[in-house]
Amino acid sequence: MNAAAATLQIALVGNPNCGKTALFNLLTGTRQKVANYAGVTIERKEGHYTAPSGRSVRVLDLPGAYSLAATSPDEAITRDVVMGRHAQEAAPDLIVCVVDATNLRLHLRFVLEIARLGRPMLLALNMMDAARRRGIRIDTAQLSQRLGMPVVETIAVKHGGAKQLIEQIDATRPALSPQPSTLASHSFDLHADVRALLAATVSVPRRTAAVDDAIDRVVLHPVLGLAILAVVMFLIFQAVFSWATPLHDGIANGMQAAGNWLGDTLPDGALRSLLVDGVFAGLGTVLAFLPQILILFLFILCLEESGYLPRAAFLLDRMMLTAGLTGRSFIPLLSSFACAIPGIMATRSIPDPRDRLTTILIAPLMTCSARLPVYALLIAAFIPQRTVAGVFNLQGVVLFTLYVAGIVSALLVAWVIKRLRRDQSEHALMMELPSYRLPHPRDIAIGLYERGMIFVKRVGGIILALTVLLWFLSSFPAPPAGASEPAIHYSAAGMIGRALHTVFAPLGFNWQICIALVPGLAAREVAVSSLATVYALAGNEDGLQAVVAAQWSLATALALLAWYVFAPMCISTLATVKRETGSTRNVIVLAGYLFGLAWLASFATYQIASAFGA
Amino acid sequence: MGASATVLDVNDNGTNDRIAQRLRDLGFVAGEPVRLVARGPLGADPLLVQIGYTRFALRRAEAARVTVTADAAP
Repeated sequence: MNAAAATLQIALVGNPNCGKTALFNLLTGTRQKVANYAGVTIERKEGHYTAPSGRSVRVLDLPGAYSLAATSPDEAITRDVVMGRHAQEAAPDLIVCVVDATNLRLHLRFVLEIARLGRPMLLALNMMDAARRRGIRIDTAQLSQRLGMPVVETIAVKHGGAKQLIEQIDATRPALSPQPSTLASHSFDLHADVRALLAATVSVPRRTAAVDDAIDRVVLHPVLGLAILAVVMFLIFQAVFSWATPLHDGIANGMQAAGNWLGDTLPDGALRSLLVDGVFAGLGTVLAFLPQILILFLFILCLEESGYLPRAAFLLDRMMLTAGLTGRSFIPLLSSFACAIPGIMATRSIPDPRDRLTTILIAPLMTCSARLPVYALLIAAFIPQRTVAGVFNLQGVVLFTLYVAGIVSALLVAWVIKRLRRDQSEHALMMELPSYRLPHPRDIAIGLYERGMIFVKRVGGIILALTVLLWFLSSFPAPPAGASEPAIHYSAAGMIGRALHTVFAPLGFNWQICIALVPGLAAREVAVSSLATVYALAGNEDGLQAVVAAQWSLATALALLAWYVFAPMCISTLATVKRETGSTRNVIVLAGYLFGLAWLASFATYQIASAFGA
Repeated sequence: MGASATVLDVNDNGTNDRIAQRLRDLGFVAGEPVRLVARGPLGADPLLVQIGYTRFALRRAEAARVTVTADAAP
């Protein structure tokens, strides 16, 4: 095999916010593969492209790091790969150090730290367009000579902006690694070295971009800044509800119609039911989540890429810290009001693993939109349309109380987790507020595609499997001949439900509710249609309201509302937690504490309401 | 706001203080000019500090590790 045919393995390394991922996207386009590093839930992004010489180049996009003295699991991965001591990852043939040309004082220190390792490397001065606009002049020839490595200029957001880099990489021959480094000085003080390098090779007219200063004066203003944040959040929320809800319903209905169409072509029987009520219902559940995930992430990615997200975290950090969280927890938690799944997926932007886990554990307490059908049914059936205190609608007050109950318990749970944690060392913020940037459509599109695929491929499979399992439980065994009760009564789900009745009787739940809770695991709103099935009213959910109003006590209804504030009744959320934390233990802890809280809250609600004669 | 100062030192809080180590890596080293750019809306926490060409949000507990001398008003 000749040298040109051998695959070159390169790794992109750099500080956070150096535009490394944009450069990675420019180099590899859609030829990317996103997986996790073994044993940890840190994204491993690899892509490839073909160099002008015809040689294949594999590119590894390492997590951003400030220093080889790692302070997070992401940084530890970068350190291990760069030093060639990662267990699964071979040392790269070439390290491509990416720096933001407008932020050299910080980024060059990391370059020097890596250069000391004496591995083959080159330097990419990224964001040269922004640097030129700000009048920053860099003597690349001089810089290259002093660093003892090739230096190229790149503009990751411009077509062809990596031309020099591609040529320079192509000139690298892995067999002839020309090291050790020829770095002029090996002084102990990297900061002094950076200062000397900058003095000799760079002229900077102004330390910050004037436009950043101007925007930050408004966006970080104690009053104006919070007002802008509230408006941004409100718009996102409106968009998710007004755009995603019709799409969600459309996909769910479309899948149901497709299932029914298929059902009509098949003979009546178990196979038909499996396909229509099991497989298609499961696929419908998976796909119906996609609009919410994609729309929320469209906004989150734009906020992240533009540099606004860390500003929002800055404004909210103190408030969140009181509850034992970080400013970075806010967006994931807010997203969870639409759906906990994108919320949990958005916790990847939280660097401290402890803060991230706490955020994941409390995200399901935010009242997601799937709880609304349950709330709507019960409130309409039991809470009278009445005006209280002159202005408030009593039904609205109850709904609001349910939302507040979720938020307050989330804060309490976060506080308890903080107390219980063994590692009580200080959580760091130390968050960089990068320059504002216009998000590039390619980076947004690739980011959205990744989120969508992660959900469909890794979470979708679990949801589909569990939906089919629940179908089996609800359908078998079949009812005996001449059965008087609905079929679900005789199924495994029915038996489980009736067995659960002993656990739920103190909460005032009758056996019909207990049975409906089992298929309701698939998604919270399914509980409503399950109740209709149990009361043999399938397809007539308006009738359901009258039935429950007549047959249940107010105390039972209130207890069920309290149950749904906490209930771990969504296997999709549990599947996402499993996928995002890579740990079954976390799933058990989450489901266990939610179940415990739900039981206690329902018990207290039922007993108190009963004592008042409700 | 906008007050300028020069870093004197970063003090470790206990042994093996990773936050202090990270502050030094980020450029908080003796002789480096710093500037207070903004304060958080609640309890004036966190602080937004400019060091070099970069802005970092530091909680007060983090910023307390950095000793500075105020520059003479221009």
